[in-house]
Amino acid sequence: MQRRTLMKAALTAVALTSFQATSALAENTVLKIGFVGVTSGPAAAWGISNQRSMEARAAWINETGGYTIGGTTYDIEIVSFDDQKDPKRAIAGMEKMAQEGIHYVVGPNVDDGAAAVRPVAESNGIMYFPYAFPKSLYQAPASNAVLGMVANYQSGPSIYKYLMEEKGVKTVAFIAANESDPLSQRDGGVEAAEALGLEVVSANVTYQVDTTDFTPVLTPVMRAQPDLLVLSGVSPANAPQLIRSARELGFQGVISTETAQDAGVLAEGAGDLANGFISVGGASTPELASPMMNEFVQRYTDMFGEYNDESNTKVYALEYILETLKADPAAITDVDAFKAAMDTFEAPNPYMNGDAKLRYVGMTSFGQRRQVAVPLVVNVYQDGAFETLFVAEVD
Amino acid sequence: MEQILANGVYLGSQYAMIALGLTLIFALMNVLNFAHGQMYVIGGFVTYTFYGQWGVPFVLALFMSCVTLAILGALIERFLFAPVIKGSSREESTMLLAAGIAFFLDAVILLVFGEKQRGVPKIVDGVFNYDFRLIMPYDRILICVLAILSIVAFIGLMQYTKTGRALRALAQDRTAAQLMGVNVDRYSMIGFALGAMLAGLVGGLLVTITGVNLGMGGPTSIKAFMMVMIGGAGVISGAIWGGIILGFMEAIGLALLYQYGDITYLLIFVSLMIFLAIRPQGLMGKPWG
Repeated sequence: MQRRTLMKAALTAVALTSFQATSALAENTVLKIGFVGVTSGPAAAWGISNQRSMEARAAWINETGGYTIGGTTYDIEIVSFDDQKDPKRAIAGMEKMAQEGIHYVVGPNVDDGAAAVRPVAESNGIMYFPYAFPKSLYQAPASNAVLGMVANYQSGPSIYKYLMEEKGVKTVAFIAANESDPLSQRDGGVEAAEALGLEVVSANVTYQVDTTDFTPVLTPVMRAQPDLLVLSGVSPANAPQLIRSARELGFQGVISTETAQDAGVLAEGAGDLANGFISVGGASTPELASPMMNEFVQRYTDMFGEYNDESNTKVYALEYILETLKADPAAITDVDAFKAAMDTFEAPNPYMNGDAKLRYVGMTSFGQRRQVAVPLVVNVYQDGAFETLFVAEVD
Repeated sequence: MEQILANGVYLGSQYAMIALGLTLIFALMNVLNFAHGQMYVIGGFVTYTFYGQWGVPFVLALFMSCVTLAILGALIERFLFAPVIKGSSREESTMLLAAGIAFFLDAVILLVFGEKQRGVPKIVDGVFNYDFRLIMPYDRILICVLAILSIVAFIGLMQYTKTGRALRALAQDRTAAQLMGVNVDRYSMIGFALGAMLAGLVGGLLVTITGVNLGMGGPTSIKAFMMVMIGGAGVISGAIWGGIILGFMEAIGLALLYQYGDITYLLIFVSLMIFLAIRPQGLMGKPWG
């Protein structure tokens, strides 16, 4: 008898708990936002920082009651797909997003993936936010892709000009992985450097993306004795090894890149040898980060155990999508309304101190507003942390 | 020229060590262990955790990498490969199992160690510089010496110990070894554990130079397969020669062909294709397997 009573009580508790859980989930309508990017293999850090930024922000929104767009409050659900840096998989990922009725997708992370998904996105009414630099993705007649970061042809010239004026840099060497993204970034960098009057002393040296020992790769570059060594499109996994090898080979000049890096990874992989390394970041340095940015970093850390500095840039895409939907709620199902809103959209940038704005830019580079206005924060690594070198804007 | 030779010796010694474990497992069990690279990565992460995170002396951290991987290898052989080999005569069964283990270990590595590149403090500071004709950091020299010593110790173990003789007998003829009283199940497990331990050892050694990250497993396995194919699958000395040859090809190609872009690996692959077309069993392998 006692056992039966206990069983009844347990069953009732289970039923009530299930009901409560269902009620909590059903409280708000769910708004699905997609992510298609690389979360496995050597470049996993790029996509995982994307995915985790979105998941951390979505969890934060959901925990605080949801996100209100046009009088309806939504819980945000992130639907992720690992494209393994393979264009065929990226297409499959974008098709999955279309099947799930998703209209807004962050990613892919690389050039060929972003180019491959374009037909799927355009035919299924999907706006996507790649981290890829080919201008054709963002120039008319293309209109569904929005560049999620600052391109190397925008940040490179600013960095080179700064180094010419402040450090007296006159010669430059480029080194890139033998892949489409780094190679195209190298070519863009060479063009920008030559336009500024820098002498390019080496630009042919490339390396396999899975290279683990860079001493043999860098030896011929060091013979050219450049003032500046640019690591074009370097992944966070390769940057510390390249810096370490270059310094161990006796290189005394400046080393820079136009990709985002992680201070912890540099500290572990290169230590003090990474001091002075210049890279592009987001609003993370203490003087720029707003209280909301600090809270985001804390929540991300609590959720995943460790923050990734690349997320200083990756945090923006989801915020742009939601804020733009808020500006025109019709855009939730109608990407044409989203495109129309992009031209006039403006909202306070919650992640930066001061009066920075979220807005779409890209008129100079693409002839239309197809880029998020992520602040161009150029950082220098020093003793385990990034310091802001200068801040610029892309128009 | 001095720099090319030094780079070749350094690359060759580390590649040979990576290939040794793979070829040992192939020789003993006829299993192409696609998870070898992932085992190397786990070895790197174990050393990273003990030495880089917890401040344990490097030698002890390296020992922990070896022990961890030896146990992991023994468990994988005992509970996964052994039942599959007994239950299926089709070679693709073990290949699929190995591929599955590789994906599984990748997922475990991501969950436990995260997606970031990891590195550890240098074990020796300073750079050897001979008139700018030969530049080699002392830690690379030390790792190169340790790798060569490890290879010599492994050869010694295989040649002069009872376990080594049993493993060699098993590799030569499994049935004959069994008829001679070798406990096949036990030595298969020991052999697999030894192969995994070698992967852990080289992962632990190289984390001090190259760092370690989640994505290194697959490419490491591919390079190891190349070395094994060059030297001859299942032949210990072949794996060593395969590693040395690949190391020197890389060092020479990167030094002399840099102005033509990244064609070193293109030429290596073309050479490998031509070589295998002429000698499919590799340098030291037998045509009959």
